[in-house]
Amino acid sequence: MSNQGQVDATGRNARGGFTNRRVFMLAAIGSAVGLGNIWRFPYVAYENGGGAFLIPYLVALLVAGLPFLLLDYGIGHRYRGSAPLSFRRLGGASAETLGWWQVGICAVIAIYYAVIIAWAVRYTFFSLDQSWGDAPDEFLFGDFLQVADPGIGLDFVAGVFWPLLVVWLVVVAVMVAGVQKGIGRLSVVFIPLLVAAFLVLVGRSLFLPGAGAGLDALFTPNWGALTDAGVWAAAFGQIFFSLSIGFGIMITYASYVGRRTDMTGSGLVVGLANSSFELLAGIGVFAALGFMAQASGVALDDVATEGLGLAFVAFPVIISEAPAGAVIGVLFFASLVIAGLTSLVSVIEVVISAVRDKLDLSRATASLAVGVPAAAASILLFATTTGVPLLDTADYYINRFGILVVAVVSTVVVTWVYRDLDPIRDHLNTYGSVRLGSWWVVLVGVVTPVALTYVLIEELRAVLAEPYSGYPGWLLNGIGWGSAALVLVLALVLARLPWRASVDLSAPSQEVTR
Amino acid sequence: MSTAAVVMMIVAMLVVWGGLALAVVHVSRAGRDEPDEVHRDL
Repeated sequence: MSNQGQVDATGRNARGGFTNRRVFMLAAIGSAVGLGNIWRFPYVAYENGGGAFLIPYLVALLVAGLPFLLLDYGIGHRYRGSAPLSFRRLGGASAETLGWWQVGICAVIAIYYAVIIAWAVRYTFFSLDQSWGDAPDEFLFGDFLQVADPGIGLDFVAGVFWPLLVVWLVVVAVMVAGVQKGIGRLSVVFIPLLVAAFLVLVGRSLFLPGAGAGLDALFTPNWGALTDAGVWAAAFGQIFFSLSIGFGIMITYASYVGRRTDMTGSGLVVGLANSSFELLAGIGVFAALGFMAQASGVALDDVATEGLGLAFVAFPVIISEAPAGAVIGVLFFASLVIAGLTSLVSVIEVVISAVRDKLDLSRATASLAVGVPAAAASILLFATTTGVPLLDTADYYINRFGILVVAVVSTVVVTWVYRDLDPIRDHLNTYGSVRLGSWWVVLVGVVTPVALTYVLIEELRAVLAEPYSGYPGWLLNGIGWGSAALVLVLALVLARLPWRASVDLSAPSQEVTR
Repeated sequence: MSTAAVVMMIVAMLVVWGGLALAVVHVSRAGRDEPDEVHRDL
């Protein structure tokens, strides 16, 4: 079904959108606040100077994170389209490649990100009777995931298959419901719920014995760390990955916002809300780790960890040993599910929006055309005994050599090839409550790409120094480098395919007619 | 907790959470939002 004939006040095909700014901001916060806020930030801060990390972190937020977020908002809001359509309108057919590159990255992320949410769903229930027993590590990789040697097989794990299917059914239903009725309503309900659940979790963690030692470890400043370039790179990396910037999400969401909306003020709220949640997560996680260290009679350094190890190994230990641990478990894993779900819908929306724009499809058709194959790929690749190494490898490489690279390339190209920063700044300033000066152009066009290039080089050095996680070469080259390269090749091809004649590829007029 | 850790925790809370509160107040006062309107998800 085509959208032809249904045009908005600007004469363009109506795409749907968020009802108001509050819904948009909640959706954007829902996208930014994801698993990384809960399981990555606390450890990165702890490892990189503790309390002193606050300084590079805030600097990175102010000089790169927020400016880049506003660039994404500016592109989406000015050009009123999905990432490919926005870039097409910005710079023509060659710029469109950048949009499809971002779409490809989102497609890869979506199919593995859903799996982690499925795990968290199971662990929410495992928390009730502490199904992991005395050995959470063995339970996770043995009993639950049944991890086999790296490979690609079709030995399905029922305990992952069914929750993953449910996750995808929910996601597809949300996407079919639409931008406002699906994503908007999901965010309006679940983001306040997430904050409430985490506040209760933090409150409970703070009263566990040993919590003070955990917070001491997190916040004691190591000022010497500030002279370490690696600490600054970690801060820029954390801000960049945490804010959901540079890979199409914020472009897509901004295209669904009314023309007179204050995008700069909204960006400030979204960026600081994301950091606020990270800080809250840091307090909750390290209070709990302090308890774990004391209960186990070991140093905090021995229990401090991140990622899957933190969520699915360390937290089960805490849940088993803490009084009323089941409550902590349900709150923690339900928070992971909510944070993950509101991020996943934003990631898959990048793909749906792009397909919908390019082929001029209806909302439901595009959602099914993207959601069903994505769900199938997700289940076939990751609900199996060989899913974990694939997931781990794809996640590591697509984040570093997908998102980081496209972010650097897009800032450089938009600034120096298409010279579009000034028009975007003028657009944002038209209704923005925070006025952007020439400083913003310098931050986006020079500081951000330089900082991200440094982070990228550090990552490249690390991955070339030793094979990631000791995985075999075929896995790292085929799935890791392969997925990062494949999305770029596909982008080059897709950008050359014709648009439906009904899609207007010219830049929208800046006049606001409603 | 050591004094340094307590100070840094309070500073972090004031800067990040205080910054968010100020940003919310600022955006609310700017009040340039469009009136509520029902968008159809076409």
